[in-house]
Amino acid sequence: MIRIALLVARKDLRIEMHSRVLTWQVLPFGVMALLLCGLALGPTAAGHSHAAPGLFYIVITLMVLLMINRSTAIESNRGTRSSVATLGLDPSGVFLGKAAALVVEMWLASAVLLVGTVLFLHVDRAKTLSALPSIAVVVVALSLAGTLYGALTSSNSGSATLLPILALPAFAPLLIAGERAYSAVAYGGNLKVWWGLLLVSTVAYLILGILLYAVMEES
Amino acid sequence: MTKKLGRLALGPASLGLLALTFWLGYFVTPPDQVQGELVRLLYIHPAVAWVALYVSFGTATIASALYLWPRTRSEALDRIAASAVEVSLFFIALTLISGSIWGRPAWGVWWAWDARLTSTAILGVFALGYLALRRANDDREQRARRAAVFCILTAINVPIIHFSVLWWKTLHQGASVLSSNRSIKVHGSMGLTLLLSFIAFTLTFFWLLRARYRIEVIRDEKLQRSLATSIEQRRTEVSGA
Repeated sequence: MIRIALLVARKDLRIEMHSRVLTWQVLPFGVMALLLCGLALGPTAAGHSHAAPGLFYIVITLMVLLMINRSTAIESNRGTRSSVATLGLDPSGVFLGKAAALVVEMWLASAVLLVGTVLFLHVDRAKTLSALPSIAVVVVALSLAGTLYGALTSSNSGSATLLPILALPAFAPLLIAGERAYSAVAYGGNLKVWWGLLLVSTVAYLILGILLYAVMEES
Repeated sequence: MTKKLGRLALGPASLGLLALTFWLGYFVTPPDQVQGELVRLLYIHPAVAWVALYVSFGTATIASALYLWPRTRSEALDRIAASAVEVSLFFIALTLISGSIWGRPAWGVWWAWDARLTSTAILGVFALGYLALRRANDDREQRARRAAVFCILTAINVPIIHFSVLWWKTLHQGASVLSSNRSIKVHGSMGLTLLLSFIAFTLTFFWLLRARYRIEVIRDEKLQRSLATSIEQRRTEVSGA
């Protein structure tokens, strides 16, 4: 399973290296969205820094949606899915590989977006650095859940519009937990419960993904 | 015979118990010391929420899990899950509406960014998503499989809604019927009416579920018949030519 996961992750990352969708499309979109959020809040710096964790996670969620669409689009060409199916790869490995590639891409995107958050929304740099572990876990949970929802909507009619309806409600608790954990580190508060929610959700999506991905790929 | 009688009695029993709950809740039980007449909404809201969150989603999740299990896979289970989610949407809407009506005089607003309100609304979006997913797929088996997976993924949200009042500590009150040491907090005629409301709305759910299931069966039968007619027509055309 791990060998197949590495194989699939390497394949997805290599495609990304060649196509540069993240660099030229998704990242500029994320930075633009962050700037627009800042503009919507108005010119007060204090308001920006307090809203920064929430805005950061909203933009990350939008970027994850775009990247999931991209990740499923790789296999959407006619015949690709059936060709992959005939290889007889372990679906759990495929799920883990696709999620792992998404995690790597989204970690990179989060790093860039965090720089933007510190620069544009005036959050303390040291506090943002202390929030890094929770951000890393949120990205893992979003990627695992996103890969599952991506598979759920793939090859359906209107899958690009269906994905946000299905995935955003599932992302909401992760978004809230991530935002609260970031805010707790930056401005004080209880961290334990948010970490608990994040870790339980991550493990739940990991287990459900390994168990259920094969069911969705069945034909 | 007994089975048929039970099926026939489900509707009248649900309506009768609902009527009894309303009569007890609005005319017999006393007003609350703190909330006054507003307490009467509690004979609807908690029971409706119980059906929306636990009974309907529980039914849909169990049916979906059984559908995914190869030994128990059947079209009937897929129909039960779909019907339960559709009925749950009605109960979620009722939960939010009755909560809003209670919230306006109690909190001063129709809607508050309260954890339980928001998470219940999110569950409503999940139910809409489930129905959208079913309509986006023409392949019957794939639709059933994917809908079942989505339903199980949605079930993760139910414990989050349940514990949201403890984690977020926002406006919505905590456990109303049972205290932390499992002793009952509601007494006398109020407690009895509350219990009756839970039974009445649970029975109503199963009555609606059965009706919705029947519609689904009739629709499938109609589709099969029209398919058979089309095939027969095509055969006649080909043999005639």
